[in-house]
Amino acid sequence: MSDDLIEIEIDGKSVQAKKGQMIIEATDTTSSYVPRFCYHSKLSIAANCRMCLVEVEKAPKPLPACATPVAAGMKIFTRSPYAIAAQKATMEFLLINHPLDCPICDQGGECELQDIAMGYGRGISRYNDNKRVVKDKNIGPLVSTDMTRCIHCTRCVRFGEEITGVQDLGTVMRGENMRIDTYVEKSIDHELSSNIIDLCPVGALNNKPYRYSARSWEMIQHETIAAHDCVGSNIYAHALRGTVKRVVPRENEAINETWISDRDRFSYEGIYSDERLMSPMIKKDDQWQEISWKDALIEIVEKLKVVENNSAAVLASPNSTLEEFYLLSRLSDELSISNIDHRLRMVDFTDQLNDPKIPLLGINIAEIENCKQIVVVGSDIRKEAPIIGHRIRKAALSGAQIGIINENINEYFFDVAVYLSESIIGNLLGLLSALNGEPPEEMRDIFKQIKPTKEQQKLAAILNSEDKKHFILGHLAINHPYASAIRLLSAKIAELTGAVLGFITEGSNAAGGHLMGVLPHRGFAGSSREIIGHSISEISENNLDLLLLFNAEPGKDIPNLSAEKLTDSLVIALTPYATENYKTTADIMLPIGTFAETSGTYINCEERWQSFSGIANPVGESRPGWKVLRAIGSLLGMSEFEFESSESVLDEISQRLKDTPMSNEINNFSLQNKINKKDLLDTHLVQSVPMYEVDSVLRHSASLQLTPEASRSDST
Amino acid sequence: MKSIPENLVCFNTFEADKPWTYETYRKHGGYDAWDRILKGELSPEQVIEEVKASGLRGRGGAGFPTGLKWSFMPRLQPIQKYLVCNSDESEPGTCHDREVLRKNPHALIEGMAIAAYAMGATIAYNYIRGEFMEEPIPRFELAVKEAYEHKLLGKNIQSSNIDLELHTFVGAGAYICGEETALLESLEGKQGKPRFKPPFPANFGLYGKPTTINNTQSLASVPSIIRNGAKWFKDIGVENSGGTAQFSVSGHIERPGNYELPMGTSFKELLELCGGVLGGAKLKAVIPGGSSVPVMPAETILGCTMDYDSLQKAGSSFGTGAVIVMDETTCMVKVLRRIARFYMAESCGQCTPCREGTGWLYRMLTRIIEGQGELEDLTKLVEIANKIEGHTICALGDAAAWPVQSFLKHFHHEFEYMVNNKGRSIVSIDDEVTV
Repeated sequence: MSDDLIEIEIDGKSVQAKKGQMIIEATDTTSSYVPRFCYHSKLSIAANCRMCLVEVEKAPKPLPACATPVAAGMKIFTRSPYAIAAQKATMEFLLINHPLDCPICDQGGECELQDIAMGYGRGISRYNDNKRVVKDKNIGPLVSTDMTRCIHCTRCVRFGEEITGVQDLGTVMRGENMRIDTYVEKSIDHELSSNIIDLCPVGALNNKPYRYSARSWEMIQHETIAAHDCVGSNIYAHALRGTVKRVVPRENEAINETWISDRDRFSYEGIYSDERLMSPMIKKDDQWQEISWKDALIEIVEKLKVVENNSAAVLASPNSTLEEFYLLSRLSDELSISNIDHRLRMVDFTDQLNDPKIPLLGINIAEIENCKQIVVVGSDIRKEAPIIGHRIRKAALSGAQIGIINENINEYFFDVAVYLSESIIGNLLGLLSALNGEPPEEMRDIFKQIKPTKEQQKLAAILNSEDKKHFILGHLAINHPYASAIRLLSAKIAELTGAVLGFITEGSNAAGGHLMGVLPHRGFAGSSREIIGHSISEISENNLDLLLLFNAEPGKDIPNLSAEKLTDSLVIALTPYATENYKTTADIMLPIGTFAETSGTYINCEERWQSFSGIANPVGESRPGWKVLRAIGSLLGMSEFEFESSESVLDEISQRLKDTPMSNEINNFSLQNKINKKDLLDTHLVQSVPMYEVDSVLRHSASLQLTPEASRSDST
Repeated sequence: MKSIPENLVCFNTFEADKPWTYETYRKHGGYDAWDRILKGELSPEQVIEEVKASGLRGRGGAGFPTGLKWSFMPRLQPIQKYLVCNSDESEPGTCHDREVLRKNPHALIEGMAIAAYAMGATIAYNYIRGEFMEEPIPRFELAVKEAYEHKLLGKNIQSSNIDLELHTFVGAGAYICGEETALLESLEGKQGKPRFKPPFPANFGLYGKPTTINNTQSLASVPSIIRNGAKWFKDIGVENSGGTAQFSVSGHIERPGNYELPMGTSFKELLELCGGVLGGAKLKAVIPGGSSVPVMPAETILGCTMDYDSLQKAGSSFGTGAVIVMDETTCMVKVLRRIARFYMAESCGQCTPCREGTGWLYRMLTRIIEGQGELEDLTKLVEIANKIEGHTICALGDAAAWPVQSFLKHFHHEFEYMVNNKGRSIVSIDDEVTV
């Protein structure tokens, strides 16, 4: 037995437990279940519900298993008459003021109180006085409240204090008047806030959009992957007869632990938006008409067959599945189109030949919290990837020093050691200078004028250590007009300080887009192209004859591609939604499924492949994107394109990758664009995309659009 | 009957004209002990041994040996340690700490200084209940100022290498803040909600640092112990209960008030000293140590001496020394309801049995008084009290349960009578007794 293990006895069975462990952690490794409400493995111990009282030999009273550390030789009885009596006593107290409204409570059927009451409650209450009633409060569009049901376990309060760092909820009053409250009427707005819905053991805090729309036992639980950032949080979607009713987290310690962002939880509402495109449409004499799938596909294939490859482009959402990317890539190869991309908001492509084959985080998501220094450049990390923001907060709480280099001042709920605002490039140059680094040749002149500020020197001093450190470039750095300069300077600083350089990419599958060759300069698996295709900016300037848009909305997903620039082009849009932008710019619209209506695979920012199956019935006549692409390919007469399922596409991808090994070493970045000295150090060169605007599904999620976060986005 | 010596320890300045001043305290031998420590004549170990030998037990209610408590502090660890004095006196019936603060604040300051020195604490707080704002707090603060002026507190006091900063903290008037860990939370600026133990404050106290919390009277007794020796103090009292006790006598009594008497004084002597039961009426019951300890019928308490062992043997507890006297006109059901209402109002609401149970007890008792009670309610009352006792984070749950258990044990017939007679009391008085 190793030093930190001790022998204890649980219900007569000898068990090994770790020193300092609480009894409940030890019993959870055995078949002895101790009932609990306030205890949660991710939160601090409160010991306030008193449900987990157990008998411990020689103890004068029953002890709470959640707050009593094990000791060598301890004899614990979780089911002795003494322990059961204590647990039943607590149950009776919890129930006297709890309303008997289970039949109309959304928590019914999945309620911890209901479940445990079955085992420990009485059939008939001995309480015949008036029950407590607590006024509900409005805490925003995402979480409903029925505070009369509250059993005061304070999980939600501790979640705010410990996980998000925003103490929105607390307890006010005392004794039986104690209640969970925001004190001042307000909504709870943190990007992870809605996790309190899952934490609440009763029906006090519930899912507002889902309210009264299904019972938990009627639904089927499907494993799937969240589709709005590069984290790939594991989720369950609960579907009632093929309609997604809600989304809850699926525990995965390596990625999202037990949390998901509000964005991942409520985006499903977008599936059922009124703006969904219900059938294929074609524009005839400026009028949209319904058309059959068959006719639409024939129409498209006719156009594709005759278009000149140099005058056609394919633009796909970074949220497309790996399979969709692959089929798009093969279609474009078949038609010799190299004007293909998924990096829809990028501006600076000058150094793209030196791009890493797959832009990744550089370390695993779970490793972030072990870093001692983390520098986040050009990123509103909390909004771009909430789970990564949470991991960084955990690192900060355990003592890591966090540096932020960003034009905008964003709010963080942990100590930021150094916050360098204003020009990102100016700050990186200052930091490089403070580290006594050499500037790139092209920036020598500007560098000479740079004197590191005190703050820059402070960050340099922090980075001057042997510890494990991480340098993260976010969306604003990637979409910056001088992105290549930022990347080059960051790489130099990372090299000087021994930090790992990583990227937070847009969408859920940018890694997949890169790997499948949905890029103008590279093909499948990083192979180089003979002809380098147009960049997005060139595509939008050049009035191409034909554009195939795959869930990429002009003006929204592709900010630089406005309607005016598309008047002369034939635009084929494969899209779940028929928005105004599509209606004015497109000529043919084909309805494709959202993330919930298709099967597929996402590669997350740590190169983790996660496949999922379709969980929702298709809305209207929409079809999974890969099936539509497969049909187009078949009609074009492509060989070996008869895929039966997304799995068969995935099999082919895996096989081909096995045949063509690829290294993902990061090249030496360079500076190809002419540095315009005038605006290099300017700020406001790039706009951040509001959190609930980043993709088409989110833009149609009704409840998310009601949040203060969404109204903030409108004003900017 | 022999005459009983009064005011030997904490109240020993009381007969003076202005008992609270520095000069008066000095005249009574005050700060002699502290002077000796500042001169280096006493080591911390000696102080702790002396207090242990004196038999001083915590006067806050639990009666834990003070010297032993001090020895739990990791004295030699080079980290910040704190001493906290609990002047949040709020047990119903208790009002003697207030007297110490008003009339002998320097004894408390010297006691705190000695305790802090013994445990290596360099910062001490006196947590005083907010209701003392009018007189006790200004008196105490004035005394602290005097002590600083006479270089008895501060940094490197009289070049002794001893540091002690003493601060007053005013609570907002919550019974629960008298619980030591709730007091620490309150002192840290949080809601006064008890912490679960372990860890105990000696390891993880104020701001997570080792902390000892002592009651006002315990600390104010320390200077006399050091000045006169442990034996002197121990001999005042009886076996297992050294020194004096302050009794706050209230209720149906001729001369209610605070009396400092030797431990082990018999109840009969105490009653006599206070002039007997009001109007010469017959004694019915006594709560000997503040509202939370079990009530004792007259025949039991009349055979008791007022010390820890005797009262415990008789089925109650010494508690805070607040003696609540009730004569035969008292309705025990109404008294219990009044007590139950107090615990319902003062429960912090943190843990389930106390939050839900105290209100349930109160409502059942109210129902009985309103004539809506049933005989099975009486068993239910005891059952609920049993389910609260020992199941909560702090002792407030026990404090709410003990009166219910003991009232129903000793005066079951009164409850039964009231249930059977639709709310009519066994005594003919309708007015509720003020406790």
